[in-house]
Amino acid sequence: MSTLEFRVAIRDAIAEEMERDESVVFFGEDVAVPGGVFMATPGLHERFGETRVFDTPISELALAGAAYGAAVTGLRPIVEVMFGDFMGLAMDSLVNQAAKYWYISNEQGSVPLVVRSAVGAGGRFGAIHSQIHGTWFQGIPGLKIAFPASPAEAKGLLKAAIRDPNPVIFLEHKRLYPVKGDAPPDGEVIPLGRARVARDGGDLTIVSIGKGVADALMAAERLAADGVGAEVVDLRTLRPLDVETVLDSVSRTNRIVAVEEGPRTGGWAAGLLGAVAEAGLHDLDDAWIVATEETPVPYSPSLEDAFLPDNARIVESVQGRLGAGMA
Amino acid sequence: MSELTIAPEAVRPFLDSYGRMLLIRLFEQEMHRLFLRGEVHGTTHLAAGQEAIPVGVCQALRPDDYVAGTYRGHGHALAKGTEAEGMVAEMLGRATGTCGGRSGSMNVIDRAHGLVGCYGIVGGSIAAATGAALSAKRQGRVAAAFFGDGATNQGYFFECLNFAKVLELPLLFVCENNWYGEFTPMQKVTAGADIARRAEPFDVPARVVDGNDLFAVVDAAREAIDRARAGGGPTLLECQTYRHYGHSKSDPAKYRPPGELERWKERDPLDLARLRLLEAGLTEQELASVEEAARRELDGAVEAALAAPYADTTVEATEFAPA
Repeated sequence: MSTLEFRVAIRDAIAEEMERDESVVFFGEDVAVPGGVFMATPGLHERFGETRVFDTPISELALAGAAYGAAVTGLRPIVEVMFGDFMGLAMDSLVNQAAKYWYISNEQGSVPLVVRSAVGAGGRFGAIHSQIHGTWFQGIPGLKIAFPASPAEAKGLLKAAIRDPNPVIFLEHKRLYPVKGDAPPDGEVIPLGRARVARDGGDLTIVSIGKGVADALMAAERLAADGVGAEVVDLRTLRPLDVETVLDSVSRTNRIVAVEEGPRTGGWAAGLLGAVAEAGLHDLDDAWIVATEETPVPYSPSLEDAFLPDNARIVESVQGRLGAGMA
Repeated sequence: MSELTIAPEAVRPFLDSYGRMLLIRLFEQEMHRLFLRGEVHGTTHLAAGQEAIPVGVCQALRPDDYVAGTYRGHGHALAKGTEAEGMVAEMLGRATGTCGGRSGSMNVIDRAHGLVGCYGIVGGSIAAATGAALSAKRQGRVAAAFFGDGATNQGYFFECLNFAKVLELPLLFVCENNWYGEFTPMQKVTAGADIARRAEPFDVPARVVDGNDLFAVVDAAREAIDRARAGGGPTLLECQTYRHYGHSKSDPAKYRPPGELERWKERDPLDLARLRLLEAGLTEQELASVEEAARRELDGAVEAALAAPYADTTVEATEFAPA
């Protein structure tokens, strides 16, 4: 099987969808001629021309608003808001305009729009270039939020996001860009809103999303050596949130740990465990969260490494929690 | 008043516009009355006094061009062609509303008439129309953003002036300068106190327009639209006007100096348009007939809306558009 690099998966998904649909356009800061600060999109400008792929001013208000306005008048824009942290500036158009349009227009039309951003810590970018904004938007009806865990998933989810008639916030973990993985079958489109069981196991369920899935899989391998069978669920989207797949897993494992790169207060993990408790309390022996401290993301390598929930932290947490019960 | 002369065969669109302006005035008066009766809920922002601007711009636009309006947007929608009956019903929260009672006064959307939306956040219309202009450029159309003087202090205004100019988008920035941002005088919170001049460093052409003179608005809009369609990029029109009511229903407008409203009412856009149409050779009878039609249209709309059922709670809402 051929391999695919994450950043190339992004580029290929955009190129294939632009080839397929003339109304797809792509714009953002430094995305066209320079090819993106993470080199995810070189070559698209040359291939599709200035009218479909173009660089914009550093103007997130205009960028997000223009994407919305274009999406309700016939185009299917993909825009890049370079770092997720910049989404604060884009929020009005996305939350107050794009997310509400389908409903408050009484379903006159929808907003086919994708907003891609690089997210996540571990790159020594400091507090304001390392956040994951998925949870800022998770409580907004009308938005979809996708967060791929692998190159194949990045391609399939992005293709689905571009074809989706609704606004999609698309998160790309910056530490995944150089990752290579198995290439997906040609033309694969992964439906938004369905989680994936990434690994089977009978003793507990580890749920995560984005880069956290790779950490969970590594942790599961190490736990297997101790005789603990960990099932790993990759949520793929934060909204819609596929609680069903998680409940199904928990009905077999009876324990769940949610691993979130972000603070537990107001995080997706807390919401998910709430939903699991509400519908599946009878299946639960234990439920907990591995998250970050309630501080901004620190800069220094020593501080940032200690801050992030890596596979070692997951293993330690599972061992501590299962302790006597599993021994 | 402007000194523009009109050829006799060109008078008809202005007469239609006069009827539309009157419809908007009657609509706003009726909303005021229905609000006091408890039929219009929450709050509402009336645009009486400002009718010539959206009507003049929309007269110059084609039906399939795009506009984005504001929370003071009843006139924007009606000027673009939204039916009065749907608009009244929307204000009343009825099932027959333009948006089925889901949007209310501030957020009306009417795709069939090219109304991209009306926006409850000051400046939101500017970015929405900038995006519509991206589509419009491909489609041979033009987009117009309506916004108030207050919006010219928002980031949206400056970012979109720049964005639209570097991309040479077919876009009209139509500022309805009514001299008050909510309750605060424009001059007090606007550095330079000159909105049109703000376009200068962006190389965006700008014009100060008598926003109470329908004919002046149409003239300025035509020039800007012709430029936009020819690939000449955006234009800023600062249309100076005045709102007859306060900012919203909670605002008695006590901050306005005595006599100011009365002075502006001496230049009521409806009176000015009426006078000009008579000068252009129309008869009192022709005007009366248009006025009667506007009254009948609004009366019928109100009657139908009051008789319509409230939005149906048993209709299942969908969060997402189906793929």
